[in-house]
Amino acid sequence: MELKTFKGGLHPPDNKAWSEKKAIEVCPLAEGDELVVLLSQHIGAPAEACVKKGDTVKKGQLIATPKGFVSVPIHAPTSGEVVAVEPRLGTAGTRVPAVVIKADGQDAWDDSLAGADPDTLTPQEIKDRIRDAGIVGMGGATFPTHVKLSPPEDKKIDYLILNGVECEPYLTADHRLMIEEPENIIEGILIIKKVLGVEKAIIGIEANKPDAIDLMTKACAGRGIEVGALKVQYPQGAEKQLIYALTGREVPSGGLPMDCGCVVQNVGTAAAINDAVRRGIPLIERIATVSGSAVAEPKNLRIKIGQPLSKLVEYCGGVKGDLGKVIQGGPMMGMAAVSLDIPATRGTSGVLLFSEGQVLKEPEGPCVRCGNCVRACPAFILPTEIAFRTRKGLIDEAEKLNAMDCIECGSCTYICPARIPLIQSLRQAKGAIIAKRRKV
Amino acid sequence: MIGAVLSLGGIGFLAAVILGFASKKFAVEVDPKEEAILNALPGANCGACGYPGCSGYAKAVASGQVDPSLCTPGGKAVVEKIAQIMGVEAVVADPMVAVVCCQGDNEKAKDKYKYLGVQDCITAQMLAGGPKDCPGGCLGLGTCVAACPFGAIEITPQGLAVIDREKCTGCKKCVSVCPRKVIKMTPKSATVHVLCNSHDKGPMVKSYCKIGCIGCQLCKRTSPEVYEVENFLASVKYDTYDAEQAIAGMEKCPTKCIRDFAAGYPEGSTFKS
Repeated sequence: MELKTFKGGLHPPDNKAWSEKKAIEVCPLAEGDELVVLLSQHIGAPAEACVKKGDTVKKGQLIATPKGFVSVPIHAPTSGEVVAVEPRLGTAGTRVPAVVIKADGQDAWDDSLAGADPDTLTPQEIKDRIRDAGIVGMGGATFPTHVKLSPPEDKKIDYLILNGVECEPYLTADHRLMIEEPENIIEGILIIKKVLGVEKAIIGIEANKPDAIDLMTKACAGRGIEVGALKVQYPQGAEKQLIYALTGREVPSGGLPMDCGCVVQNVGTAAAINDAVRRGIPLIERIATVSGSAVAEPKNLRIKIGQPLSKLVEYCGGVKGDLGKVIQGGPMMGMAAVSLDIPATRGTSGVLLFSEGQVLKEPEGPCVRCGNCVRACPAFILPTEIAFRTRKGLIDEAEKLNAMDCIECGSCTYICPARIPLIQSLRQAKGAIIAKRRKV
Repeated sequence: MIGAVLSLGGIGFLAAVILGFASKKFAVEVDPKEEAILNALPGANCGACGYPGCSGYAKAVASGQVDPSLCTPGGKAVVEKIAQIMGVEAVVADPMVAVVCCQGDNEKAKDKYKYLGVQDCITAQMLAGGPKDCPGGCLGLGTCVAACPFGAIEITPQGLAVIDREKCTGCKKCVSVCPRKVIKMTPKSATVHVLCNSHDKGPMVKSYCKIGCIGCQLCKRTSPEVYEVENFLASVKYDTYDAEQAIAGMEKCPTKCIRDFAAGYPEGSTFKS
């Protein structure tokens, strides 16, 4: 069978063997543990706390309400007492508003949570349930799912694409989910299909997960869901690249997947949607891979939102050797963590620990004009040209070179023989262009 | 031979007539004042006046509707010259100079992570709010140095930006590029300044910096005319500045975050007072 793929990209060593055979384990929570639940764990406006210090909360209880359409509510990950509502160190390394809950060890559910049969609900009722459960994209970008499922009237959607690619090296959370909970994912897909009213649904999985491809193909047979095997190539799991690989359609420059009739959802999001609609469970847990050369025993964990990264690492046997760098998410697109004390969020798809020797320390060299970044770029832009214009402050020129088409996959930086942090300048260019457009 | 001389001479003569005619017919009228003003301006094209370059400002002043004292780099001498050209009285304000309100170099202030990326403050600031633990401190990567048209800023070997009070012309270019807003404009006549930009409470400041303002109010209690403390950060009241009182308050500062530039620049700087 010929494997589908996109143009550009590269293939970094995937290092998935460390954790891909490890079944998902529940990261334990003891009485007295503090959970730091950040109020901005999604793209869009931060939620607003609706509990105060001293309140007791049940597991799954609403603790913060959304502000605006592109925002989601946040729920208590366990039962216990609210010990603080104050700024705490967040993912980005800055202090951000958070609700701190001290677990009472009971882990008692809020009784008012109830599921429903999706067959008896209208698409709008399902969408409301998805929003009220705080579901966001579980691939790591954390975009509110109900917004993605509400395309404008004039956009005709005819293709639902499920992202089971997991092209980031080291990460195996989606892989394990597909193997251990295929039914949960498939039922979630059927719910999304109903909301969007689409006939065609396809799950894209990279060929380095043959067991998941086999299992999902068997489980999906006769239920209106296809499975597409994809070549192992980074960034196969990026929305626009995945759409091209599976359907041959191209998202126009500056457009969204809905502009070519597609909606893309992560398999983890599908499972979370099923939990939310059928069982009434809000998004308070997720699966994360803890891996890398500086962790004693790499594992896949079911973690509670708000658990500090240090707890996750501790459960995996702690730090091995000298720790050089911690990355939240995958090594290509993830963010370096300033400390292990920061809490896990809805976007924590992985926690990777690398030893001191693996951290790049040499300064950048001069650009040798090799063109590797241009060949690797899956968005067909010129990373080196844009980066150097950005450094000179020539934002208008960067915009003309289509800097906004950058998907921040990091391929250019990975391949650069001169070790130039191109992606850093590209992100800066995008930020400056957005700020400029807002001003005009 | 004669033919060649005649024909070339003829072409030359014809061209001269055409050029002479064109120079009269298409002459661009330039206000002689504008030209004189442009010659008087320093020619740095820094934009401190708010106009596009020196020629833009010269034109605006020549039109008679713009204040002739807006060229801060030129200082008193230039303003007087322009005023003379325009035939108005020179009003020279006290010149302003920029000051980096931070002394937390790499030896005195803690970093929260090791930064190895693009050597530019604006880029670094986007990564977890910059490597320096202090939210307001100078990052020392030299974005202001590159922006300064007058070569008035240097980065000390310890990684702190310092501005030469003699070379600084007050064009504010550095103020606008600094992502941490740590550079402030101050009157040149005042030499005592509070060199801290952190509004955090005392214990917090102490956790990351040896030379930051802890908001203890000692300077204010000693010289209430000169110092005020707002939101845990002291500042100098330049309107009621008095050198003697300022120094009295400075001497009481337990963290030495107040500095008299007349007595010396921060450690590692090559600038002389």
